[in-house]
Amino acid sequence: MSAHSPIDQIEQPATFAFDAESEEQIAAILAKYPPERKASGTLPLLYVVQKQMGRQTGSAWVPRVAMDEIARRLEVAPIRVYEVATFYLMFNTRPIGRYHLQVCTTTSCWLRGSDDVVAACKKATGIAGFGQSSADGLFTLTEVECLGACANAPILQVDDDFYEDLDGPRTIELIEALRRGERPTPGPTIDRVSSAPEGGRKTLTDSPAKQG
Amino acid sequence: MLQDKDRIFTNLYGQNDWRLAGARQRGDWDGTAEILARGRDAIVNEMKGSGLRGRGGAGFPTGVKWSFMPKNSDGRPHYLVINGDESEPGTCKDREILRHEPHKLIESALIASFAMGAHAAYIYIRGEFFNEARHLQIAIDEAYAAGLIGRNAAGSGWDFDFYIHRGAGAYICGEETALLESLEGKKGQPRMKPPFPAAMGLYGCPTTVNNVESIAVSSTILRRGASWFSALGRPNNAGTKLMAISGHVNTPCVFEEELGVPLKDIIEKHGGGVRGGWDNLLAVIPGGCSVPLLPASVCETVLMDYDSLRAERSGLGTACMIVMDKSTDIIKAIARFSQFFKHESCGQCTPCREGTGWMMRVMNRMVEGRAEIEEIDMLEQVTRQVEGHTICALGDAAAWPIQGLIRHFRPVMEERIMAYKAAHGGGRITQVPLGIPVAAE
Repeated sequence: MSAHSPIDQIEQPATFAFDAESEEQIAAILAKYPPERKASGTLPLLYVVQKQMGRQTGSAWVPRVAMDEIARRLEVAPIRVYEVATFYLMFNTRPIGRYHLQVCTTTSCWLRGSDDVVAACKKATGIAGFGQSSADGLFTLTEVECLGACANAPILQVDDDFYEDLDGPRTIELIEALRRGERPTPGPTIDRVSSAPEGGRKTLTDSPAKQG
Repeated sequence: MLQDKDRIFTNLYGQNDWRLAGARQRGDWDGTAEILARGRDAIVNEMKGSGLRGRGGAGFPTGVKWSFMPKNSDGRPHYLVINGDESEPGTCKDREILRHEPHKLIESALIASFAMGAHAAYIYIRGEFFNEARHLQIAIDEAYAAGLIGRNAAGSGWDFDFYIHRGAGAYICGEETALLESLEGKKGQPRMKPPFPAAMGLYGCPTTVNNVESIAVSSTILRRGASWFSALGRPNNAGTKLMAISGHVNTPCVFEEELGVPLKDIIEKHGGGVRGGWDNLLAVIPGGCSVPLLPASVCETVLMDYDSLRAERSGLGTACMIVMDKSTDIIKAIARFSQFFKHESCGQCTPCREGTGWMMRVMNRMVEGRAEIEEIDMLEQVTRQVEGHTICALGDAAAWPIQGLIRHFRPVMEERIMAYKAAHGGGRITQVPLGIPVAAE
């Protein structure tokens, strides 16, 4: 991973309060766990914070004051939330761009050209290296480990969505579309249905297509 | 090879409606209450009889695992926890169940929970599978609304709740006790065993952790019978399995196949052949990155199942294979796994925390050839010192791919080193510069 500035050097907001949408989500989350096991809500509530920050500021990250608020809600020591927030890669403990470009470079993606996807991400955004954001603040580029969609490699995850079967030019097209404020349909960027072989299914062919 | 009539996952590609109406047309939720009415012991015995082995990689018999749960509750609730943290590089099969066959999973979870005396099941889904978790949540909501789960689930008299818990980008949470820690809201660091989860698992209660696929096939097995399932595949390697092919084939894909089919036939049929033809094949990693690779000569004849691959000192793992043609820098391909394991070590055990970084740094030098010939043996020895000396299997998983590389491609590594020496003046120059870090970063 790239070198980051220490967390205490990040400009942290002074306050954080859950909005109505988040409160609704929190109620549903806490109903999943036994009342005396509220701590199970730690990961889900960190997601709630990150989503709310994305809605409110355009940067989906988890400020420290929000971790403190989670600790209060779940009746655990703040350190329990800090250590979880920093253990798991998907919680951004520093501000990020509006679009989080997460490019998989693990072997299955690498074999199918993830180097080209990385190069295209850098070219289209002007970002020099992993862990950095573009000058306009729109994009943050992160190298991630296997995304679990290897039959559709290489993959670029943009926020919550997988864009699959990419190459350099299609990656640039995707980023240009994001820049225009569009959200192209996630999934394969070549002519195939989900993880079925390109060119059509080789199995499940004699079951009548009576549904859907 | 497997015929369509024997496929369990008939909506694997989402080519038809994945929601409740479509699932019912495919036979899901048909007579669920009658299956539960057979009773707990009958269900567990049927699962044992089917010969189903765990589909997450370890291959432990699923029915036997279910039988480890206490027969009577001592007051503590029982839990079923489903492992949907699919993160083993190369592996992309559970994703298709989550997004295209969610009702098969929910119905099977009800049956499995009943068979283990559990009224609640949690599924732990890797955080990146946001859209897959969304599909499953829609299916859960449909099932509650239709009375299929919840109080008196599907009219069976059994109360059953099903919850999603999302992970957040940590491979280690695929290890069952790290998963439980994460579900309890902690860092995903594996627990010492014993106690095993069946005695003390989630919240200190009896718990069984099963892979998504192991659970999802059980409704079909119970409907069609143990003998139908065990007739597929080979003895001790029964049934069908979701598999995937990634890497250098013409048509990478996910598919369901019978166990015990020749690896070569699978690559030819489902993968559309190796890019550039079969003779262009270099190696295959048969089941996720932690199983040792197979050189092309072995791929010619080996069968795709637990015991055949074990006999070749590899393993079936998740049955999601990575195919590499002769254009591949095989050292770099394996070094990338070393980077992966170094990144994903939870840091709890010293041999793994230090060893994965150490192995990665040596492997990175091996990619360049900036090493001594003797260091190949030293690297091998280090993998042996990590293997078996950690709380969980991540240390083993980090060691095995390197061992496989050395076993089958030592000449390539030696050649790389000699080429580096030749290009840099040859001789026994010290190739490890001073100041290289020797401890974890």
